[in-house]
Amino acid sequence: MSSEPHDPRVLVIVPAWNEEISVGRTISEIRRTNPDVDVLVVDDGSGDRTAERAAAAGARVARLPFNLGVGGAMRTGYRYAQRHHYDVAVQIDADGQHDPSFLPTLLKRLDDADIVIGARFARDGDSYQARGPRRWAMVLLAKVLSRIGRTRLTDTTSGFRVANRRAISVFAAHYPAEYLGDTVESLVIAIRTGCAVTQEPVDMRVREAGQASQSPFRSTIYLLRAVVALGLALVRRWPANFDDGAEPSSMIADEAKELP
Amino acid sequence: MNGPEALGILGAITILLTLFEMMRRHRLREKYAVIWFVLAIGALTVALAPSLLGSVSEFLGLQVPSNLVFFVASLVLLGLSLQHSYELGRGEERVRTLAEEVALLRLRLEEIEDRPADPDDPVHD
Repeated sequence: MSSEPHDPRVLVIVPAWNEEISVGRTISEIRRTNPDVDVLVVDDGSGDRTAERAAAAGARVARLPFNLGVGGAMRTGYRYAQRHHYDVAVQIDADGQHDPSFLPTLLKRLDDADIVIGARFARDGDSYQARGPRRWAMVLLAKVLSRIGRTRLTDTTSGFRVANRRAISVFAAHYPAEYLGDTVESLVIAIRTGCAVTQEPVDMRVREAGQASQSPFRSTIYLLRAVVALGLALVRRWPANFDDGAEPSSMIADEAKELP
Repeated sequence: MNGPEALGILGAITILLTLFEMMRRHRLREKYAVIWFVLAIGALTVALAPSLLGSVSEFLGLQVPSNLVFFVASLVLLGLSLQHSYELGRGEERVRTLAEEVALLRLRLEEIEDRPADPDDPVHD
């Protein structure tokens, strides 16, 4: 088979929406710390020069015609990974909060899991800690997902993830575009379709651009939306059956196979 | 034939004719037309036999027959807007899928276009 255990083909997917300030640096860092990986930036309908900066930094760039949200960008990336027969797909955010030097550590964990989450705040003495309702939301999500996944997860909303072929094929077909769908619901889908999920502690850096909202009001809204998103994810039937998607894209995948 | 009766018949016939004309011009798809068609037939029935409305209201224990009309009308409108939400959601999902495909096809096209110029192209190392 093409998948040799010691030398997997790795695609790093970087969803980017108006990240022209940080995207170039993020890509350079990924390429410097992991010279063997391919980088695909999915420009999520940016109005700035994100796509140009990404291309200049040496990434392949898929440009979405308009903003779809992280879910849409990531499904695009997973479809690309599937059609180009990558063994591993990695998600790294464009804002520079994920340290790509942890990537080899995450990849190693794929030996006993289909999805590895780079978990923030998973170590003692972490400087960045969420508080209040936002923290309660994260704890709740982690508890529920750990239970249904029969594993121990502490940070389910991390955008730093590694997925193997099995998970890629699930995500290429089903990756929700709704609120928190890109993190929480996608994990529920993966678990439901039989993927093993695990996590590995990583250091999180202060975002180079933008900051997660910490005001009590917005954290409370976040908590409520998280509960709704989680509840919906749990009661939904998966795999979803939209009368689009799977079939046409697999046809295109076959076409792509024939091309050099 | 009294005034309200004529008005009801006129309204029902107008809806039916509009439906027919819109479908003839491909302005309305059958899946949306069905519920309007049922509605128009219902309105026509009530207009032709007003006593029907009274007896059904009486059977249901409603004092004023027009309340039955309002109740049924609001249910129908609710159903219609629910159907539209459903269709809209499905349409959005399809648009999303198409947008993703467009992005991937564009990338593929760029890769193919760039290939012959590879040695001279500094972007593609």
